[in-house]
Amino acid sequence: MVVTRRVEFSASHVCRSPELSEEENRRLFGAAANPYGHGHNYVVDVSLEGDPDPVTGMVLDLKELKGILNREIVEPYDHRFLNYEVPPFDRVTPTAENIAQDIWKRLEPQFRSGRHRLRSVRVYETPDFFVDFCGGRPCFA
Amino acid sequence: MFRVTRRYAFAASHRLHSPELSEAENRRIYGKCNNPFGHGHNYEVEVSAGGPLDSATGQALDIGRLDQLVREQVLEPFGHRNLNAEVSAFRGVTPTSENLGVEICRRLKRNWSAAFPGEWPRLEKVRIAETPRNIFEIRADEIE
Repeated sequence: MVVTRRVEFSASHVCRSPELSEEENRRLFGAAANPYGHGHNYVVDVSLEGDPDPVTGMVLDLKELKGILNREIVEPYDHRFLNYEVPPFDRVTPTAENIAQDIWKRLEPQFRSGRHRLRSVRVYETPDFFVDFCGGRPCFA
Repeated sequence: MFRVTRRYAFAASHRLHSPELSEAENRRIYGKCNNPFGHGHNYEVEVSAGGPLDSATGQALDIGRLDQLVREQVLEPFGHRNLNAEVSAFRGVTPTSENLGVEICRRLKRNWSAAFPGEWPRLEKVRIAETPRNIFEIRADEIE
Protein backbone atom coordinates (compact mmCIF):
# COMPACT_ATOMS: atom_id res chain seq x y z
CA MET A 1 0.00 0.00 0.00
CA VAL A 2 1.22 3.48 -0.83
CA VAL A 3 0.54 6.51 1.37
CA THR A 4 1.26 10.01 0.03
CA ARG A 5 1.51 13.26 1.93
CA ARG A 6 1.92 16.66 0.26
CA VAL A 7 3.89 19.65 1.50
CA GLU A 8 4.50 23.01 -0.12
CA PHE A 9 7.23 25.58 0.07
CA SER A 10 8.12 28.75 -1.80
CA ALA A 11 11.71 29.45 -2.75
CA SER A 12 13.87 31.18 -5.31
CA HIS A 13 16.63 29.70 -7.43
CA VAL A 14 18.91 30.24 -10.39
CA CYS A 15 19.45 27.42 -12.87
CA ARG A 16 22.94 27.60 -14.26
CA SER A 17 25.72 25.07 -14.24
CA PRO A 18 29.36 26.06 -13.71
CA GLU A 19 30.28 23.20 -16.07
CA LEU A 20 28.55 24.92 -18.99
CA SER A 21 29.36 28.09 -20.92
CA GLU A 22 27.21 31.21 -20.60
CA GLU A 23 25.72 30.45 -24.01
CA GLU A 24 24.95 26.82 -23.12
CA ASN A 25 23.37 27.88 -19.83
CA ARG A 26 21.16 30.37 -21.67
CA ARG A 27 20.14 27.81 -24.26
CA LEU A 28 19.45 25.05 -21.76
CA PHE A 29 17.81 26.94 -18.93
CA GLY A 30 16.44 29.97 -20.79
CA ALA A 31 14.93 32.61 -18.49
CA ALA A 32 15.70 30.35 -15.50
CA ALA A 33 19.40 31.20 -15.94
CA ASN A 34 18.76 34.86 -14.99
CA PRO A 35 21.49 35.41 -12.35
CA TYR A 36 19.20 37.42 -10.06
CA GLY A 37 16.98 34.38 -9.60
CA HIS A 38 13.26 33.75 -9.70
CA GLY A 39 10.87 31.72 -7.56
CA HIS A 40 8.33 28.94 -7.53
CA ASN A 41 5.62 27.59 -5.29
CA TYR A 42 7.01 24.09 -5.04
CA VAL A 43 4.73 21.18 -4.21
CA VAL A 44 6.26 17.95 -2.93
CA ASP A 45 4.41 14.62 -2.80
CA VAL A 46 6.17 12.11 -0.54
CA SER A 47 5.02 8.51 -0.97
CA LEU A 48 5.70 5.69 1.46
CA GLU A 49 5.08 2.04 0.93
CA GLY A 50 4.15 -0.45 3.63
CA ASP A 51 1.51 -2.61 5.26
CA PRO A 52 -1.05 -1.24 7.70
CA ASP A 53 -0.34 -1.98 11.34
CA PRO A 54 -2.84 -4.67 12.41
CA VAL A 55 -3.72 -2.76 15.59
CA THR A 56 -3.90 0.86 14.39
CA GLY A 57 -4.91 0.14 10.77
CA MET A 58 -2.34 2.73 9.66
CA VAL A 59 0.82 2.34 7.55
CA LEU A 60 2.30 5.15 9.62
CA ASP A 61 1.25 7.91 11.93
CA LEU A 62 0.50 10.90 9.68
CA LYS A 63 1.15 13.33 12.54
CA GLU A 64 4.64 11.93 12.78
CA LEU A 65 5.09 12.11 8.99
CA LYS A 66 3.91 15.72 8.98
CA GLY A 67 6.52 16.56 11.61
CA ILE A 68 9.30 14.86 9.62
CA LEU A 69 8.35 16.62 6.38
CA ASN A 70 8.19 19.99 8.10
CA ARG A 71 11.58 19.47 9.74
CA GLU A 72 13.36 17.99 6.70
CA ILE A 73 11.76 19.95 3.83
CA VAL A 74 9.72 23.01 4.80
CA GLU A 75 12.05 24.40 7.48
CA PRO A 76 15.25 24.30 5.41
CA TYR A 77 13.68 25.20 2.04
CA ASP A 78 10.77 27.57 2.63
CA HIS A 79 11.27 31.24 1.74
CA ARG A 80 14.94 30.72 0.94
CA PHE A 81 17.14 31.47 -2.05
CA LEU A 82 18.22 27.87 -2.62
CA ASN A 83 21.57 28.64 -4.32
CA TYR A 84 22.73 30.86 -1.46
CA GLU A 85 21.05 29.48 1.62
CA VAL A 86 20.42 25.74 1.25
CA PRO A 87 23.35 23.37 0.77
CA PRO A 88 24.08 21.44 -1.44
CA PHE A 89 22.71 24.02 -3.87
CA ASP A 90 25.72 26.27 -3.32
CA ARG A 91 27.51 23.80 -5.62
CA VAL A 92 24.68 21.75 -7.21
CA THR A 93 22.27 23.38 -9.68
CA PRO A 94 18.83 23.46 -7.99
CA THR A 95 16.90 21.84 -10.83
CA ALA A 96 13.73 19.96 -9.91
CA GLU A 97 15.71 16.73 -10.39
CA ASN A 98 18.39 17.76 -7.90
CA ILE A 99 15.80 19.06 -5.42
CA ALA A 100 13.93 15.73 -5.60
CA GLN A 101 17.20 13.85 -5.05
CA ASP A 102 18.18 16.07 -2.10
CA ILE A 103 14.77 15.60 -0.48
CA TRP A 104 15.12 11.84 -0.98
CA LYS A 105 18.52 11.91 0.77
CA ARG A 106 17.07 13.87 3.68
CA LEU A 107 14.03 11.61 4.07
CA GLU A 108 15.21 8.12 3.22
CA PRO A 109 17.14 7.48 6.49
CA GLN A 110 14.03 8.38 8.49
CA PHE A 111 12.05 5.48 7.03
CA ARG A 112 14.52 2.61 7.10
CA SER A 113 13.06 0.85 10.10
CA GLY A 114 9.52 -0.12 10.82
CA ARG A 115 6.72 -1.14 8.57
CA HIS A 116 7.30 1.31 5.75
CA ARG A 117 9.91 2.64 3.36
CA LEU A 118 10.24 5.68 1.13
CA ARG A 119 8.91 4.90 -2.34
CA SER A 120 9.03 8.17 -4.28
CA VAL A 121 9.51 11.91 -4.04
CA ARG A 122 7.64 14.02 -6.57
CA VAL A 123 8.58 17.69 -6.92
CA TYR A 124 6.28 20.04 -8.83
CA GLU A 125 8.19 23.14 -9.89
CA THR A 126 4.99 24.40 -11.54
CA PRO A 127 1.67 22.59 -12.13
CA ASP A 128 2.98 21.84 -15.66
CA PHE A 129 6.37 20.40 -14.76
CA PHE A 130 7.23 17.77 -12.20
CA VAL A 131 9.91 15.20 -11.49
CA ASP A 132 9.69 11.84 -9.69
CA PHE A 133 12.71 10.34 -7.97
CA CYS A 134 12.59 6.79 -6.66
CA GLY A 135 16.14 6.19 -5.44
CA GLY A 136 17.87 3.42 -7.36
CA ARG A 137 14.62 1.94 -8.62
CA PRO A 138 12.77 2.95 -11.79
CA CYS A 139 9.68 5.08 -11.13
CA PHE A 140 7.47 3.46 -13.72
CA ALA A 141 5.67 0.32 -12.70
CA MET B 1 16.40 7.09 -11.87
CA PHE B 2 14.17 10.06 -12.55
CA ARG B 3 10.88 10.45 -14.30
CA VAL B 4 10.20 13.90 -15.71
CA THR B 5 6.66 14.92 -16.64
CA ARG B 6 5.58 17.96 -18.57
CA ARG B 7 1.99 19.04 -19.14
CA TYR B 8 0.70 20.67 -22.33
CA ALA B 9 -2.71 21.82 -23.52
CA PHE B 10 -4.45 22.26 -26.83
CA ALA B 11 -8.02 22.84 -27.95
CA ALA B 12 -9.55 20.88 -30.83
CA SER B 13 -12.86 19.63 -32.12
CA HIS B 14 -13.93 16.15 -33.08
CA ARG B 15 -16.88 13.98 -33.86
CA LEU B 16 -17.13 10.38 -32.74
CA HIS B 17 -18.50 8.43 -35.67
CA SER B 18 -17.38 5.05 -36.92
CA PRO B 19 -17.84 4.20 -40.60
CA GLU B 20 -18.12 0.56 -39.53
CA LEU B 21 -21.35 1.24 -37.66
CA SER B 22 -24.84 2.19 -38.84
CA GLU B 23 -26.26 5.67 -38.18
CA ALA B 24 -28.45 4.24 -35.42
CA GLU B 25 -25.53 2.37 -33.82
CA ASN B 26 -23.30 5.46 -33.98
CA ARG B 27 -25.98 7.50 -32.23
CA ARG B 28 -26.55 4.82 -29.59
CA ILE B 29 -22.84 4.22 -28.84
CA TYR B 30 -21.45 7.75 -29.04
CA GLY B 31 -24.57 9.67 -27.96
CA LYS B 32 -24.12 13.44 -28.12
CA CYS B 33 -20.49 12.96 -29.23
CA ASN B 34 -21.96 11.78 -32.55
CA ASN B 35 -23.48 15.22 -33.30
CA PRO B 36 -22.66 15.69 -37.03
CA PHE B 37 -21.33 19.21 -36.49
CA GLY B 38 -18.75 18.02 -33.95
CA HIS B 39 -17.79 19.56 -30.62
CA GLY B 40 -14.54 20.52 -28.88
CA HIS B 41 -12.40 19.95 -25.81
CA ASN B 42 -9.52 21.55 -23.97
CA TYR B 43 -7.21 18.57 -24.07
CA GLU B 44 -4.43 18.26 -21.51
CA VAL B 45 -1.50 16.05 -22.38
CA GLU B 46 1.16 14.88 -19.95
CA VAL B 47 4.34 13.45 -21.42
CA SER B 48 6.62 11.43 -19.10
CA ALA B 49 10.18 10.35 -19.82
CA GLY B 50 12.63 8.49 -17.62
CA GLY B 51 16.37 8.52 -17.26
CA PRO B 52 19.41 9.16 -15.12
CA LEU B 53 20.72 12.59 -14.18
CA ASP B 54 23.08 14.39 -16.54
CA SER B 55 25.65 15.60 -14.02
CA ALA B 56 26.66 18.62 -16.12
CA THR B 57 23.13 20.02 -16.40
CA GLY B 58 21.47 18.62 -13.27
CA GLN B 59 18.63 17.47 -15.50
CA ALA B 60 17.31 14.10 -16.62
CA LEU B 61 15.77 15.70 -19.71
CA ASP B 62 16.28 18.90 -21.69
CA ILE B 63 12.86 20.53 -21.30
CA GLY B 64 13.38 22.88 -24.25
CA ARG B 65 13.89 19.92 -26.57
CA LEU B 66 10.80 18.16 -25.29
CA ASP B 67 8.77 21.37 -25.68
CA GLN B 68 9.95 21.70 -29.27
CA LEU B 69 9.14 18.07 -30.08
CA VAL B 70 5.66 18.33 -28.57
CA ARG B 71 5.05 21.68 -30.25
CA GLU B 72 5.98 20.28 -33.67
CA GLN B 73 4.33 16.88 -33.33
CA VAL B 74 1.25 17.64 -31.25
CA LEU B 75 0.39 21.25 -30.48
CA GLU B 76 0.84 22.69 -33.97
CA PRO B 77 -0.81 19.87 -35.95
CA PHE B 78 -3.70 19.36 -33.46
CA GLY B 79 -4.25 22.75 -31.78
CA HIS B 80 -7.38 24.56 -32.95
CA ARG B 81 -8.07 21.90 -35.55
CA ASN B 82 -11.00 19.74 -36.45
CA LEU B 83 -9.38 16.34 -35.87
CA ASN B 84 -11.71 14.44 -38.24
CA ALA B 85 -11.32 16.87 -41.11
CA GLU B 86 -7.77 18.12 -40.74
CA VAL B 87 -5.61 15.35 -39.25
CA SER B 88 -4.82 12.58 -41.72
CA ALA B 89 -4.43 9.93 -38.99
CA PHE B 90 -8.17 10.26 -38.30
CA ARG B 91 -9.30 9.69 -41.86
CA GLY B 92 -11.37 6.57 -41.33
CA VAL B 93 -10.26 6.33 -37.68
CA THR B 94 -12.61 7.67 -34.99
CA PRO B 95 -10.81 10.34 -32.95
CA THR B 96 -11.71 8.97 -29.55
CA SER B 97 -9.26 10.03 -26.87
CA GLU B 98 -7.95 6.47 -26.86
CA ASN B 99 -7.04 6.82 -30.53
CA LEU B 100 -5.84 10.40 -30.06
CA GLY B 101 -3.58 9.35 -27.18
CA VAL B 102 -2.17 6.48 -29.23
CA GLU B 103 -1.54 8.83 -32.18
CA ILE B 104 0.25 11.36 -29.91
CA CYS B 105 2.34 8.63 -28.31
CA ARG B 106 3.17 7.17 -31.75
CA ARG B 107 4.26 10.56 -33.10
CA LEU B 108 6.48 11.21 -30.08
CA LYS B 109 7.95 7.72 -30.20
CA ARG B 110 8.66 7.93 -33.93
CA ASN B 111 10.47 11.28 -33.59
CA TRP B 112 12.02 10.67 -30.17
CA SER B 113 15.48 9.60 -31.28
CA ALA B 114 15.86 12.66 -33.53
CA ALA B 115 15.17 14.92 -30.53
CA PHE B 116 17.00 12.77 -27.97
CA PRO B 117 19.71 10.83 -29.81
CA GLY B 118 21.30 9.20 -26.75
CA GLU B 119 20.28 6.14 -24.76
CA TRP B 120 18.40 8.39 -22.29
CA PRO B 121 15.91 9.88 -21.64
CA ARG B 122 13.32 7.37 -22.83
CA LEU B 123 9.68 8.13 -23.53
CA GLU B 124 7.60 6.33 -20.91
CA LYS B 125 3.99 7.37 -21.30
CA VAL B 126 1.41 9.81 -22.54
CA ARG B 127 -1.59 10.74 -20.42
CA ILE B 128 -4.41 12.62 -22.09
CA ALA B 129 -7.36 14.25 -20.35
CA GLU B 130 -10.27 14.98 -22.69
CA THR B 131 -12.04 16.69 -19.79
CA PRO B 132 -10.93 16.75 -16.15
CA ARG B 133 -13.08 13.64 -15.67
CA ASN B 134 -12.03 11.50 -18.66
CA ILE B 135 -8.38 10.49 -18.61
CA PHE B 136 -6.46 7.99 -20.77
CA GLU B 137 -2.91 6.68 -20.34
CA ILE B 138 -0.77 5.01 -22.97
CA ARG B 139 2.61 3.45 -22.22
CA ALA B 140 5.15 3.92 -24.99
CA ASP B 141 6.00 0.22 -24.95
CA GLU B 142 2.33 -0.65 -25.62
CA ILE B 143 2.43 0.71 -29.17
CA GLU B 144 4.61 0.40 -32.26
